[in-house]
Amino acid sequence: MTQGLLPLKTQKGGSALSGANKLTMSSQLLTVERLALKYQSGNGETEALKNISFSVSEGEYISIVGPSGCGKSTLLSIIAGLLEPTAGRVLLDGLPVDPASGGIGYMLQRDNLLEWRSIYKNVLLGLEIQGKLTEESREYAITLLKNYGLYEFRDKYPAQLSGGMRQRAALIRTLATRPRLLLLDEAFSALDYQTRLSVTDDVYRILRKENKTTLMVTHDIPESISMSDRVLILSRRPAVIQSVCETTFSDDRTPLRCRGDSRFSTYFNFIWKELDVHE
Amino acid sequence: MNKEFLSSERRRYLKEQKRRKRMILLTQVLIILLFLGLWELLAQLGVIDSFIMSSPSRIGKTLLNFQNNGLLLHISTTVAETVVGFALGTLIGTLLAVVFWWSEFLAKVSEPFLVVLNSLPKVALGPVIIIWVGAGTEAIIVMALAISTIVAVLEMLGGFLATDRELLRMARTFGASRMQSFLKIVLPYNIRTLFNSLKVNIGLSLVGVITGEFLVSKAGLGYLIVYGGQVFKLDLVMSSVIILAVLAALLYRGVLLLERLVVRRLSHTS
Ligand SMILES: Nc1ncnc2c1ncn2[C@@H]1O[C@H](COP(=O)(O)OP(=O)(O)O)[C@@H](O)[C@H]1O
Ligand SMILES: [Mg+2]
Repeated sequence: MTQGLLPLKTQKGGSALSGANKLTMSSQLLTVERLALKYQSGNGETEALKNISFSVSEGEYISIVGPSGCGKSTLLSIIAGLLEPTAGRVLLDGLPVDPASGGIGYMLQRDNLLEWRSIYKNVLLGLEIQGKLTEESREYAITLLKNYGLYEFRDKYPAQLSGGMRQRAALIRTLATRPRLLLLDEAFSALDYQTRLSVTDDVYRILRKENKTTLMVTHDIPESISMSDRVLILSRRPAVIQSVCETTFSDDRTPLRCRGDSRFSTYFNFIWKELDVHE
Repeated sequence: MNKEFLSSERRRYLKEQKRRKRMILLTQVLIILLFLGLWELLAQLGVIDSFIMSSPSRIGKTLLNFQNNGLLLHISTTVAETVVGFALGTLIGTLLAVVFWWSEFLAKVSEPFLVVLNSLPKVALGPVIIIWVGAGTEAIIVMALAISTIVAVLEMLGGFLATDRELLRMARTFGASRMQSFLKIVLPYNIRTLFNSLKVNIGLSLVGVITGEFLVSKAGLGYLIVYGGQVFKLDLVMSSVIILAVLAALLYRGVLLLERLVVRRLSHTS
């Protein structure tokens, strides 16, 4: 693989990147600095993350791939402010993260829709919790429902919706709070393959249209390439950033079109090798 | 569901279901009639002594004589005590369960005490209760509370703690406080548990009230049973037992009704 031909960067550990971060920190939406985390429990200590540094600028779509159990969910939970890191810090617009401020929207793997609420009431949950339920924010939620094909289903209950629709409802619930940064944790992995392809296409369209900065965790390499501008590849636990793969496609890219692009397989092979799953 | 769209198979299935339901009800009624008929017959024939065993006709007479034997007063006394005991027990039980959900520390600390209290026969506390709160209605209510509250706490706490973790995590991603998590997730998630606990509780409150009335009382079905036994008026005892059975069923129905109301309201407005 010739480095000059493709915009691939490989670096071991996170120190090189954190140096670069310092120069450009002001223009970055999210800055993650030398994060480390050790879980403590009755039967021992688990080192999940070790020295993770990277940054995300406004409007970027970034994927994180890594072997299962390497600490991807842990990383997102720390960024979302749900988990205290053992070391390091996370800055959003240069300030420490506070989950109650609503600056970060975090979408989990399961849709977690509340079965006793209608779709409309489910979509308003985030706004309710953050005390942002106003005439204007309701309007916005309704607009999102309309734009993304759920308006006719607003009075239905989650059990009456298909998996893909439920996932979209969960996304709208998060988007309704207007987060600056969106975190997705394997948000599509519970869907069957067909649904998943179309939902990722939908979601990509939605996120680009709303111009959302997104950080997505996935274990699906094609998904990571087809959706993002940059793929961060994590090592096994304790996770460090193994390498970074910048993807370049035509401007009118969609996940499905990317999959047909000639550059796709080059990226795929690179990430596959870096992931080092076969040993 | 639109009626016109039902297929003939569907209609046949529904009809069959309805028929089965009716058959079950019919059989149940028949069993009761058969039992009463046999009882009456044996009493009439003198096979069983109706002075000791009473009989349906004598019970019927006692029930119809409610204006003279003060049945209504006794029934209303027991109902009132049960409802008060039930309401207080539910309130205290829920509050304690919420406190223990809130503080894992307190829950852990109180766990062994709750377990011991739960398995302790509460009747043993009778004399203590009488000395502490006096030999009146208060003692009866306290007995009802003693019997029903601990079970309510354990049941509800179990439900609260079994709330889907992922739902709580989702609420936290929006920055939910503990209070918000409780009100928006834990409580509605456990509405079934809550009502199941209420269903158990209404029965236990009745047990507590009758136990209390056995110990101290001047009125109530428990009093009537004890009194009837002492003066060998078995008609009175049997009548009271039957009223008690009907009462228990009605109170249970009441809780069911409340549940339906709340569940419907919840899914419409929350
Ligand atoms: N609460 C916890 N306590 C102890 N260990 C944990 C906890 N959560 C996760 N882990 C461990 O940390 C590692 C990383 O977990 P996670 O971030 O969920 O991985 P991934 O999302 O990449 O699959 C795993 O080995 C997991 O077993
Ligand atoms: Mg994970």
